Amino acid sequence: MNIHEYQAKELLRGYGAPVAQGVAIFTSGEAEAAAKKLPGPLYVVKSQIHAGGRGKGKFKELSPDAKGGVRLAKSIEEVVANAKEMLGNTLVTKQTGPEGKQVNRLYIEDGADIARELYLSILIDRTVGRPAFVVSTEGGMDIEAVAEETPEKILTLAIAPERGVTNDDVTKLNAALKLDGAAAKDGETLFPILYKAFTEKDMSLLEVNPLIVMQNGRLRVLDAKVSFDNNALFRHEDVVELRDTSEEDEKEIEASKYDLAYVALDGDIGCMVNGAGLAMATMDIIKLYGAEPANFLDVGGGASKEKVTAAFKIITADPNVKGILVNIFGGIMRCDVIAEGVIAAVKEVGLKVPLVVRLEGTNVDLGKKIISQSGLNVIPADDLDDAAKKIVAAVKS
Amino acid sequence: MSILVDKNTKVLVQGLTGKTGTFHTEQALAYYGTKMVGGIHPKKGGETWRSGLDSAAELPIFASVAEGKEKTGADASVIYVPPAGAAAAIIEAIEAEIPLIVCITEGIPVMDMVHVKAKLDKSKSRLIGPNCPGVLTPEECKIGIMPGNIFKKGSVGVVSRSGTLTYEAVFQTTNEGLGQTTAVGIGGDPVKGTEFIDILEMFLADDETKSIIMIGEIGGSAEEDAAQFLMDEARRGRKKPMAGFIAGRTAPKGRTMGHAGAVISGGKGGAEDKIEAMERAGIKVSPSPARLGQTLSEAIKDW
Repeated sequence: MNIHEYQAKELLRGYGAPVAQGVAIFTSGEAEAAAKKLPGPLYVVKSQIHAGGRGKGKFKELSPDAKGGVRLAKSIEEVVANAKEMLGNTLVTKQTGPEGKQVNRLYIEDGADIARELYLSILIDRTVGRPAFVVSTEGGMDIEAVAEETPEKILTLAIAPERGVTNDDVTKLNAALKLDGAAAKDGETLFPILYKAFTEKDMSLLEVNPLIVMQNGRLRVLDAKVSFDNNALFRHEDVVELRDTSEEDEKEIEASKYDLAYVALDGDIGCMVNGAGLAMATMDIIKLYGAEPANFLDVGGGASKEKVTAAFKIITADPNVKGILVNIFGGIMRCDVIAEGVIAAVKEVGLKVPLVVRLEGTNVDLGKKIISQSGLNVIPADDLDDAAKKIVAAVKS
Repeated sequence: MSILVDKNTKVLVQGLTGKTGTFHTEQALAYYGTKMVGGIHPKKGGETWRSGLDSAAELPIFASVAEGKEKTGADASVIYVPPAGAAAAIIEAIEAEIPLIVCITEGIPVMDMVHVKAKLDKSKSRLIGPNCPGVLTPEECKIGIMPGNIFKKGSVGVVSRSGTLTYEAVFQTTNEGLGQTTAVGIGGDPVKGTEFIDILEMFLADDETKSIIMIGEIGGSAEEDAAQFLMDEARRGRKKPMAGFIAGRTAPKGRTMGHAGAVISGGKGGAEDKIEAMERAGIKVSPSPARLGQTLSEAIKDW
């Protein structure tokens, strides 16, 4: 689960991290009051969407030479004017895709005098199974580009969970970021604070890009991006409250109600599969035979008939879907349960597109029998290859 | 020979009394008499579990893993405990010095696994999983949730990050007439007990395993690490015919594809890099998940 920048900063402020003063607003009418709460005379007006590249992004509705999604304002009047121009419009960044995202929230923040921009993030280093800091002196830019061009400027430092951030770790991080004086002193407190927030709140990513050294030599968290481990949300009610469903795909929200792993894609063949690996492999084989999948959908190991029905409805509700492939290798999942769920769903919502069903594994004969006796226009398939060929042919004809 | 488990493996069940634990323990008992020796429940110690399939089948319940191990001589434990308590269950098994721990549970918080891994690294135990289908040696021992009826005793070692793709590989190698020595699902989580390299090492060392299927997916760099390991071993003269597959060629960047570990992040973990690394290591990578068995047969023929 992702949250907005202003929410991430609020959370980090709670842990004692140095964050600028700021106020989030939802309407341009709130802009003036928000700016008045800040010391001035420099303000930053920042679009709040769940995507990076906001500064260089462009608003669809404005002229191409209009300013981007993060703007500097030198007076309260400028804050208000910018807020009016930005709110409600669609920001297109390199991470949003061409359709862009509507800006429904702005963050009005106190400006800072920047001396240096640095990069800092914490994530799980899978190779060692520990949280790790990733830091670089090259802040404010795309870290992937830094990793590509100047990997020697990046330090990855794994933290032993039983010890946390040690003095030795702090020394290494300060050295990699070339911090000294007041900034190095700030580092001593900031690094353990960020690590504590990361581990206590079960984050999967905490990215501060940039972390800045100000003209006065102090550190400040200038931007913050935080994602949480979905599997740990059950123990963080406060985090769940920060969820902004307007940032999510409607079909994905619906799927999450039934505990279905669903990802919307651009193609026209809807897929319903059990198991994440097989679900990805099913997408891959559709592509291999020349078509594109409309979604990733894993109904899970022990899906009930109701869950299968819900999954089928979500797939058929997608107007791009021109054909459906059901691919089940029953282990715990029984083929007869899948067959009954599919039939119940078809009876309820109808079937306007070709449907290919491939069943294998537990209770396969019973599942096939239920399908063939249903009288529905289902195209049976013998194996995954056969199934993929048949659905691609059906959609193309 | 097989790896990890055989007909002598004695298995405890943590989470036996729940619906999932009960169902799969019944299935395991029905599979060539896998030696299930008891269940663990902190409040039901001293009670008896009865199978719904076979009225004669019953198992003692112990209050702790340590007690269960002492009284039964168990050398393995399988965990069906729900996510919130699963890490504690693994740690209990580690502290009881159970040699082989298999955790089926999906959805364990990553930070919990970070703490488990720190304990595991200092222990005598091996953990398979979590978020995995388990381990199965045909006609001898079934730990976990794999469907036993698709297996056939034979010569292929199967290792996979995905459950259902393990079944595909098993089913297809059975259809090719090859059969399996052991199939191991290492699981779809980012932080786990056992990686490809550990299992590949065992398959290379096992005389009965004549060929290997390795199934990876997007996310992380375990496949690249495994490919490097295989190249190093080949230079020492240890190699076997291998087929492979990587799921997620068509997955979008930055999206988690069902498995918590299946995500291309920071420009890393994409399918093409993995496929390239595996092919460089001499693995015949199948473009289609439907041709795993065929591809392995070809690799054996070309050997």
